[in-house]
Amino acid sequence: MTSLLASLVAALLLVNLVALGTSRIGTVVRAVALQGVLLGILAIAAQGDLTWRVLALAFASITLKGWLIPVILFRALRQVEIKREVEPSLGLLPSLLLGALATVLAVVAGSRLPLAETRLAPLLIPASLATVAAGFIQLTTRRKAISQVLGYLVLENGIFVFGLLLVEAMPFLVEAGVLLDLFVGIFVLSIIIHHINREFASLDTRRMSLLKE
Amino acid sequence: MSAGWLVHLVALALVPPLLLGVIQKTKAVFAGRRGSSVWQPYRDLLKLAQKEVALSATTTWLFWVAPAVAVVTAVAAGLLVPLASSPAPAAFPGDFVLFAYLLALGRFATAAAALDTGSSFEGMGAAREVGFAWLGEPALFFAFLALARLSGSLSLDGMLRAMEGGAWLDRTAPFVLTAAGLFVVLLAECSRIPVDDPATHLELTMIHEVMVLDHSGPLLALVEYAAAVKLFVLGALLLQVLAPASQVAGLAGLGLFLAGLVGIAIGIGVLESTMARLRLLHVPTLLIAAVLSCGFAFLLLSRPTP
Amino acid sequence: MTAPAGTPSAALLLLVAAGGLFAASGLAGLALPRRSRWGARIATGAISIGSLLGLAGGFLALGGDAGGELALPSPLPGLRAALGAGPLAGFFTLPVFLVGGLGALFGAGHGTPHGGRRLRLCYGLLLAALTFIPLARDGITFLVAWEVMALTNFFLIATEESDAAVRRAGWIYLLYSHVTILALFALFLLERLLTGDFAFAPIAADAPAGLRTAVFVLALVAFGIKAGAMPLHSWLPAAHASAPSHVSALMSGVVIKVGIYGLVTTLGLVEAPPLAWGVTLLALGSLSALFGVVFALGQHDLKRLLAYHSIENIGIILLGLGLAMVGRSLGRPDWTMLGIAGCLLHVWNHALFKSLLFFGAGAVVHATGSREIDLAGGLARRMPATAAFFLLGSVAICGLPPLNGFVSELLVFLGLVGAASAPATAWAALPAPVLAATGGLALACFVKVYGIVFLGTPRSAAASAAREATPLELAPMAVLAFACVVVGAAPGFVAPAIESAAAAWTGERLPRLAEVAPLGSISIAALALVAAGALAVAAIAPLCRRARRRQPALPTWDCGYAASSPRLQYTASSFAELITSQFAWALRPHVHAPRITELFARPTSFHSQVDDTVLDRLLLPAARAALRATASLRALPQGQLQRYILYILAVLVPLLVWALVGGGGE
Repeated sequence: MTSLLASLVAALLLVNLVALGTSRIGTVVRAVALQGVLLGILAIAAQGDLTWRVLALAFASITLKGWLIPVILFRALRQVEIKREVEPSLGLLPSLLLGALATVLAVVAGSRLPLAETRLAPLLIPASLATVAAGFIQLTTRRKAISQVLGYLVLENGIFVFGLLLVEAMPFLVEAGVLLDLFVGIFVLSIIIHHINREFASLDTRRMSLLKE
Repeated sequence: MSAGWLVHLVALALVPPLLLGVIQKTKAVFAGRRGSSVWQPYRDLLKLAQKEVALSATTTWLFWVAPAVAVVTAVAAGLLVPLASSPAPAAFPGDFVLFAYLLALGRFATAAAALDTGSSFEGMGAAREVGFAWLGEPALFFAFLALARLSGSLSLDGMLRAMEGGAWLDRTAPFVLTAAGLFVVLLAECSRIPVDDPATHLELTMIHEVMVLDHSGPLLALVEYAAAVKLFVLGALLLQVLAPASQVAGLAGLGLFLAGLVGIAIGIGVLESTMARLRLLHVPTLLIAAVLSCGFAFLLLSRPTP
Repeated sequence: MTAPAGTPSAALLLLVAAGGLFAASGLAGLALPRRSRWGARIATGAISIGSLLGLAGGFLALGGDAGGELALPSPLPGLRAALGAGPLAGFFTLPVFLVGGLGALFGAGHGTPHGGRRLRLCYGLLLAALTFIPLARDGITFLVAWEVMALTNFFLIATEESDAAVRRAGWIYLLYSHVTILALFALFLLERLLTGDFAFAPIAADAPAGLRTAVFVLALVAFGIKAGAMPLHSWLPAAHASAPSHVSALMSGVVIKVGIYGLVTTLGLVEAPPLAWGVTLLALGSLSALFGVVFALGQHDLKRLLAYHSIENIGIILLGLGLAMVGRSLGRPDWTMLGIAGCLLHVWNHALFKSLLFFGAGAVVHATGSREIDLAGGLARRMPATAAFFLLGSVAICGLPPLNGFVSELLVFLGLVGAASAPATAWAALPAPVLAATGGLALACFVKVYGIVFLGTPRSAAASAAREATPLELAPMAVLAFACVVVGAAPGFVAPAIESAAAAWTGERLPRLAEVAPLGSISIAALALVAAGALAVAAIAPLCRRARRRQPALPTWDCGYAASSPRLQYTASSFAELITSQFAWALRPHVHAPRITELFARPTSFHSQVDDTVLDRLLLPAARAALRATASLRALPQGQLQRYILYILAVLVPLLVWALVGGGGE
């Protein structure tokens, strides 16, 4: 199982970098969807015993993140009719390098963090930290609102990975709640994107600073 | 003690115009004239009472009710102040408040009647009267506080009569301060110099005289009489503070008391003959000095005894 | 003061029924079409019936038929909500019913041209809230009722919302209301901390002194704002001036007393209060009394002037309360009785004569179309009944005998001057001359108001054409005037009510009011005064009647001026100018005076205005300065989402690094 886990984690990290380095929004959306599917499989692979909780969680993750949310996002993109290009304030190559650096640091830091020792820990902690870092990089360096939504999704994925460590400890309600939160958040964000576009005829979030007094 | 009350009432009713006459006579003597007799105010009042009333069309019922209110309040206030050593006809704890507010009621009526005429002269008098008289209230109350502190009584009768001759002996400073403050309040309330000039008829210089400019006949007689009664009452208050004569009883005491009042009237006459009226802007300063004077007297008396 | 749980008493049921009727009174109007007059009639009828029920209930509660609780559905688990009637509640709700009911009648006679349905709805809800606040037995019910009162009051103030000044008054009121609610939240949380419950339990003497002081300060802030004590009063003048007249009467007469109720109850809960509290109340009361009347003298808007007088009378009420607290701290039950009796009686008296004055002012404003005193004049000839009632109210508010204001001021004076007898407590007598000065100034102010509005000759066309108030407007004034006379002439009537409320306030044994105050003598003095006055008037009345018949059109002597004009009369500002110039340091009037440089000057104008110093010269400039000072900080958030996230990261990442490097393996 470890090799499956290791390859899944490696795939996760690669997808992070893809999301950071590509210049087309459609590709980023698909990358994040792929991440969601990978996470679902990871959830199953990380557990020894396949309880119905784990199966439900994985199924929900795959469906929501892999299918429903991309559908909502693509529909929002179609409504908005923007240029389907990522507009970063930091260049694509630098953000890619930053993401790689974050991954390395995550691996280094992960071994130093005072967390419970389990067999999964050395794999999952760096993965989670790296994904969170990638999410943050996307949030802070992308100008379009929809890129920020995608950054938020990546962030959530990172947290989800971390949560896999505690799957026995957390009540099911919390995990389901987290998923629901995510879904509702994306739903609302898509509405907001529509309104931002209507107001400013663009999704550039720098325009929103006009809203302050 | 109904006999005592009767004497009190008779004195209160008949003596006040005499005080006005004494003041007039004193001023005449100072000016080197013979002047009118001391009984002239009585004749003036009777003469006025026989004249007709002339009411302006602008005025309402308040105009002719006000002099009646002024007289009733002045006499009622007089019932609260003991004359000589006999008790006041009406006394209860807290009656000093009634005393001050009765005089205020009279002032309200007179000032409102002045505004009733719709003339700027009377309005001026009313504005000045209420603008200065409010300072007399705290001075009066500080004096009452000092008296209450000394006598331990809450009734005017008790405050004034319970003071033996020796009460002020080792308290000269508060005594002088209180007496001075009360004297200034007397001058202000009765519109004497230096607060107001009762003999002038220049509108720039009048306060009380100009308020009653439009009253005539019996109404004017009532107003003048009320002013005289106020002078008598406040003079009695001052005299009781200055020289509490609780030792001599009966009619002799009353005679001495009236002589004392005449003495105060002579003093007012002397003051009026030797001093000029203050500029109107300085009148509040004088009254604030009276407030501070009585206030200091109270503070000095309230020092914790070593 | 926990009432036993059990079946609610008759008093409580009556009071709750009254409150319910009030709340429902405005609802009928909502269902009916806008033009229908039945909405107004139903509302007035419901409020009248509710008032009668409430009066009965209040008297029963005062008479001792207290106790019993009515449990309410609790909003949160673990919290009890209940209503209960006690003598104190009965005391403070009686003015609600009297003034509220009469106000509804007055409003019906007045006829509001616009916003009638909203006005009636909010009026009914306000009365209901005012009924339930004293009945609340725990913090939650109290807060809910308080919030309802605050909000409905806001809507009532902003009835004429097309006027910008009215809107401003409403916003300032709302702002102060928010501060009050915040302070109340803090207060109740503190009380829960100290007593373990929200249900108004006594605060023990051995509780930490810091917490008890905090309770006092919070109660002062919250209830002081509501009552309108200086310097927390700035919302009051504009709010009371902008509201419709019967609402202003209710606000001045009753709503600010809710603040007093809160202060009285909170202070009554504290056992063994420190002396400093009583001294603070005495100082605050003196400040409010003196400066309330000074500011009133500077006004020439009739209702704003009356509002400032409410501040003055709240000062007198606080003086009484302060005296009572000093009495409790020093163990002088006679002072406690005099102080709390003065406080409570003045609560009632002020409700009576202030409402009377506001009703009169409402009639005047309705007749002349303006609140400006300087545009009125000579109204006593056109509106004789209103003038007579207003005069009675003026005499009462100045505290002159033989009316009711004199009685409550006498009680406070007796207590204060009584303190002068012993040297150790002589300082407690210092507010007495301040109170006397206040009385003198109030007299000046009301001579000004009555004289310029009702006496003399009309200064404007509207004043010349003024019509007498309708009977529906005069009847409430008559009832209140009668009540003023009765309380002034026979204070013994209300003594049992006061004693009952005072006994409920503090558990100590208090002497009877008749023992410490000369109520009988006051009655005799009042009756003797009235009798003597009547005799004197009867003696000269024939002379004056003859004079008027003989010469009906005699002019006032005017020193030979041929062209006398009503504008030569004194105006409100000129009448008060002597005193306002003495107090200019506090009033800071805005004066717009013309500069006349030519020989034959062109027509020009003069304007003077006294704003509220605390609001316009302190709070607003301070707020503007604060905004300017923090303007530099506002560059920091620029509105870009990315920057905000970077700020978060800028804190988190070093923290993480520090935890890794510095914290090590801990």
